[in-house]
Amino acid sequence: MSHAHEMSFWEKYVFSTDHKVIGLQYMFTGIFMAIIGGFFVYVFRMQLAFPGISVPGYGEVTPLAYNSLVTNHGTIMIFWFAMPVLIAAFGNLLIPLMIGCDDMVFPRINRLSYQIFLLSAIVLIASFFVPNGGFGGAWTAYPPLSANAAYNATPLGAPMWLIAVALEFVAFLLGGINFITTLMNARAPGMTMYKIPIVCWMIVIASILFMLSVGPLIAGAVMLLFDQTLGTSFYNAAGGGDPLLWQHLFWFFGHPEVYVVLLPSLGIVADIMAVFSRKKLFGYKTILYSVFATGILSFVVWAHHQFIAGIDPRMANLFVITTLLISVPIAELCFVYIATLYGGSITFSTPMLWALSFLVEFLIGGVTGIFLGASGADVYFHDTYFVVAHFHYTFVPIAIIGFYAGITFWFPKIFGKMLSDRLGRIHFWGTIIPFNFIFIPLFILGTAGQHRRIWNYEHFRDLASPEFYNLRVIATVSLLIMISFQFVFVFNFIKTMRSKKKAPKNPWNSNTLEWTADSPPPHGNWPVLPTCYRGPYEYNHPDRESDFWPQNEPGPDPADPDYKSGPATDSGFQSTNPNL
Amino acid sequence: MIEAYLERASTYAWEIDVLFSGIFWLIAVWFIAAEGILFYFCFRFRKQEGEKGQYITGDEKHHKKWISIPHYLVLFFDVFIIAGAIYVWYDIKQRLPEPELTVGVISQQWAWTFVHPGADGVLHTDDDIKKIDELHLIENVTYHYELESLDVLHSFSIPVFRLKQDAIPGRMITGWFKPILTGEWDIQCAEICGIGHGLMPGRVHIKSAYDHNQWLAQQTPTPSSAAYAAVSN
Repeated sequence: MSHAHEMSFWEKYVFSTDHKVIGLQYMFTGIFMAIIGGFFVYVFRMQLAFPGISVPGYGEVTPLAYNSLVTNHGTIMIFWFAMPVLIAAFGNLLIPLMIGCDDMVFPRINRLSYQIFLLSAIVLIASFFVPNGGFGGAWTAYPPLSANAAYNATPLGAPMWLIAVALEFVAFLLGGINFITTLMNARAPGMTMYKIPIVCWMIVIASILFMLSVGPLIAGAVMLLFDQTLGTSFYNAAGGGDPLLWQHLFWFFGHPEVYVVLLPSLGIVADIMAVFSRKKLFGYKTILYSVFATGILSFVVWAHHQFIAGIDPRMANLFVITTLLISVPIAELCFVYIATLYGGSITFSTPMLWALSFLVEFLIGGVTGIFLGASGADVYFHDTYFVVAHFHYTFVPIAIIGFYAGITFWFPKIFGKMLSDRLGRIHFWGTIIPFNFIFIPLFILGTAGQHRRIWNYEHFRDLASPEFYNLRVIATVSLLIMISFQFVFVFNFIKTMRSKKKAPKNPWNSNTLEWTADSPPPHGNWPVLPTCYRGPYEYNHPDRESDFWPQNEPGPDPADPDYKSGPATDSGFQSTNPNL
Repeated sequence: MIEAYLERASTYAWEIDVLFSGIFWLIAVWFIAAEGILFYFCFRFRKQEGEKGQYITGDEKHHKKWISIPHYLVLFFDVFIIAGAIYVWYDIKQRLPEPELTVGVISQQWAWTFVHPGADGVLHTDDDIKKIDELHLIENVTYHYELESLDVLHSFSIPVFRLKQDAIPGRMITGWFKPILTGEWDIQCAEICGIGHGLMPGRVHIKSAYDHNQWLAQQTPTPSSAAYAAVSN
């Protein structure tokens, strides 16, 4: 190490300003929170399948606890798992390495971002231990229920939940500023806008969407906090306020938020698909512009969450049009991803399996959204398990599949070791198959009219039939199987970290710049920062002997209008990696 | 498909069922095509000895059309879905047919109060009949409901009617339904409303006019002012 002094443990791991360390801090905090969120779902799914059971490791589930468990499961999985892992962890780990710079532009703001995020997580966890426990008014926190302790029975849990969410937003605003500025200003020489790897674009567009949408909600959260603690009446009809105001502010943020977490995963999947199909991405610019279109449209669809909430029924007609229109760019993205496979030379290693399964499963989430966007059908489906199954078919691919795709792909770069492909496949199939067996029964239950956030269906005669209980049991048992297979990943992780075998610099023969750094990259990433000569997806170019063309290898750019086709310029190097 | 699980007990239930089935088959075709092509490509273009991947940028016109044609088709089918959705929506939520009878629906933590018109057939009079968690209706009569909430948001949901409407404190929301079957089914609260959200089951009882009037004769009227005042306290 060329640094003048050895860094202490505290400097290196706790108060580090290195983007890789901060990325890992975000990742491990996110995983830790996901374990809590996963435990919550285990508890309440047990209650749903076997009402009144004393859940092993938890005990009996009261209605108060049930509400808190579902609320915090949703809150944690979106705000404390999907966002920190997909945006903050992968953004921090990948953006500087993929665009060829030594660190984030504002390393100290970056550190502050993580510290505020950690504080928000601590506040949220603390709220589970105050009298009456954590907030239980759903992750959407609709007032008046959320605004008044007399209604929600969590006088401390509700404000703490709100403060934690607001702090989390502050952390991501700071992080987002960093991602945007770094991508705009710190790219390697030669890396023009269309040569940026898609995943970096996606994380930055997600950060822009977040910054543009979160403002109204922060204002809304402050008003809600005042209603809770000072007795103001922003959302209190009796005091001249309007409970619906919160719903507009929340969903004006809440819908773009879906794309905030979707885009990083789409980016991860695009990069992995290009590498393992040895293909140039089909229509780089098409992807980029489709994402811009999706991002813009996502700001004018929010009221489809409120069709039956008491808004003017005429307004629904406008939002049904914008909502259905968003299917056009999203469908286009799916087509482009599928087209990328055409003519490829596909290797099904673990990261590629995750990437492909993302497409397979996300398609189910995408098409089932159409039923809910169609206002007429939503009258029936609103707040049923059909909605629950639909958004889990989007969020599970986004958060869980996207995370595993990314971590298995960049693991050699991040940790300098190669994960076992065999264990990776066991973990993959053990996650994907039960995942479908959790949510397909829930689609059926939703179609049969089962409504959400209900502690015990025995009180509803039409929903208490043995057939429906069988479906609930299938979902719960599948969840237990899916959770148990996560230990395969933990085992793989620990076993790999303990092994002595080091990963090569570029195990997947990938083009992008991060693979030219050491594995793991040292503080500062490269001794000499790389230069970029061409786009990130030049695989199997006809003028090359080798099937890839690293971005940093000096030479012509085939996308250049002056580029002349000629004999192969490379030395005919072929990888010896048996995985490819 | 919904009708496999639930009867169609209102005039508009079939509209939602048909809309659902229509969208289902439309997207089933797209979904199977997309997944089929995806799996076929995975199989056809798996790594094989001696086969090199192709170099396709996807920027040329003859390649782009493989994306743009399906994308215009998506837009084309979207128009049908939008039209169907708005048609059904208009019928259930936007238009308000003249009622023959009106019922009051009052939601609160954690019970439903249903106020039925008495023998005079007019709500808000002295022979109103107040019932907790029981809604009594006459088959083939067009009803208006006047939905109110006394505390937090609730949602008035009758799955057999395919009807759902949130209740908002401070507002009275008027909607309609016309039952077409006799029988007894669940009423749900579909919006989380606190600890007792899962303990707010109501039942709708739909009877013929004759049976309903017999039931009516056995009830003790609650004067309208009292019906509303009692729940407000």
